[in-house]
Amino acid sequence: MSGLLLRVSGLVAGYTGPVAGPLSFELQRGEILGLAGPNGAGKSTLLKALWGGVKRFGGQVEQAPGLQIAHQAQGFDDLRGVPLTGRELLGLTGATPEGLPPWLAGRLDLRLDRLSGGQLQFLRLWACLAAPADLILLDEPTNNLDRAGVAYLADWFARAHAGQGIVIVSHDHGLIDKVCTRVVEVGAAA
Amino acid sequence: MSFELLFDPLFRVPFVTGLLLAGLLPLIGMYLRLRNEWLAALAFAQMASAGALVAMVTGWPMVLGGLLASVLAALAKGALARAGASAYALMLLLAWGGGVLLVANHPLAEQAGHALFDGQLYFTGDAHLIAAAVACAAVLPLLGWLSRPLLLARFFPEFYRARGRDERPRLMLFDLAAGLAVALATVSLGVMAAFALVFVPPLLAYRLGRSWRSGLIVAALTGMGGYSLAFALALGFDQPFGPLCALILVMAAALPGRHSGRM
Repeated sequence: MSGLLLRVSGLVAGYTGPVAGPLSFELQRGEILGLAGPNGAGKSTLLKALWGGVKRFGGQVEQAPGLQIAHQAQGFDDLRGVPLTGRELLGLTGATPEGLPPWLAGRLDLRLDRLSGGQLQFLRLWACLAAPADLILLDEPTNNLDRAGVAYLADWFARAHAGQGIVIVSHDHGLIDKVCTRVVEVGAAA
Repeated sequence: MSFELLFDPLFRVPFVTGLLLAGLLPLIGMYLRLRNEWLAALAFAQMASAGALVAMVTGWPMVLGGLLASVLAALAKGALARAGASAYALMLLLAWGGGVLLVANHPLAEQAGHALFDGQLYFTGDAHLIAAAVACAAVLPLLGWLSRPLLLARFFPEFYRARGRDERPRLMLFDLAAGLAVALATVSLGVMAAFALVFVPPLLAYRLGRSWRSGLIVAALTGMGGYSLAFALALGFDQPFGPLCALILVMAAALPGRHSGRM
């Protein structure tokens, strides 16, 4: 598996029972893979199943040895009231502030509850994107981002990420079409 | 009214014991609040007081009984993690009910019970001071080591699991450290003073801290300052320490400042 990060074969996943899959794909370093499918197809569930976050009911997931995975989940815990700065948040995941958009880089030493919703969401996303990882899993990364954030994110994807693989779940077809090198359709489990 | 007692060597050991704990408890409270588990502190304190009373009537050292009961509470908290606040409330009621019945029915437990519930710090001795110093020496570096995992568990719950690592042993270690520190504070300062020191300074620090680090400093200083003032006033005006400590801290929390909109 020299350049291969992930080999997924017939993956079926769910909670108390199977709700998503089967899904099969291979991901090489440098690839950005989009998972597409209708609402309720279980794209987020399958994304979590790639690292064992939900129960696998069938199929196989082979990871490259020592694979480091970063997963940005949907939804956002309420951070209001916690005295944490943006710099401290990035430090938690080991993400570097280098490369942050200028409208956010100058606000890193403010408490998170002093940032706008869009800035906060971008920072949380950046804590995942810029963390040391071989494989980045993104679940609806443009949710709650403002237009500046979406534009900067699309630009970030467009830059070379030869050492990493990225899997994106998004309802934003524009983003998927623009940044993904390949798209895999997800169907509901039988 | 006499403040001369403040300089009496008799009160040095109780004062220093409490001061150490008043610096440590708010730091633990910062992380309990982060995890929305502040009610656990009250459950730990009640369990410790019940354990101390049981130890006393069975001829064991109260400190040991309090610590053991609190360790059991911390382990139960880990096992009942899914039950969340309900588990803490049940533990709290169990310990309170048992403790009060023991005080009502056992002559030996009566005086100790009042000291625990009212907060009479002046009964602490060298054993408490040594235990508090050891607790600070052990728990402070441990908190430094656990800070990142605890913050990650709150803000990025998938971080460790996605990397194939299990964060639960570290979270359990925090539970144990918190349980032991609160138990020690309970048998030294009393139930509600210990709880007030865990709960109130972080409330202020979450509002006023400019960062997590500065929040920790605000919490520790608030705890130590409030404690010292309560100690001086209790001695000077011959009042019970626990209620004064709680009232002073609550007044400090009511000071104007940035509001988070979250209690």
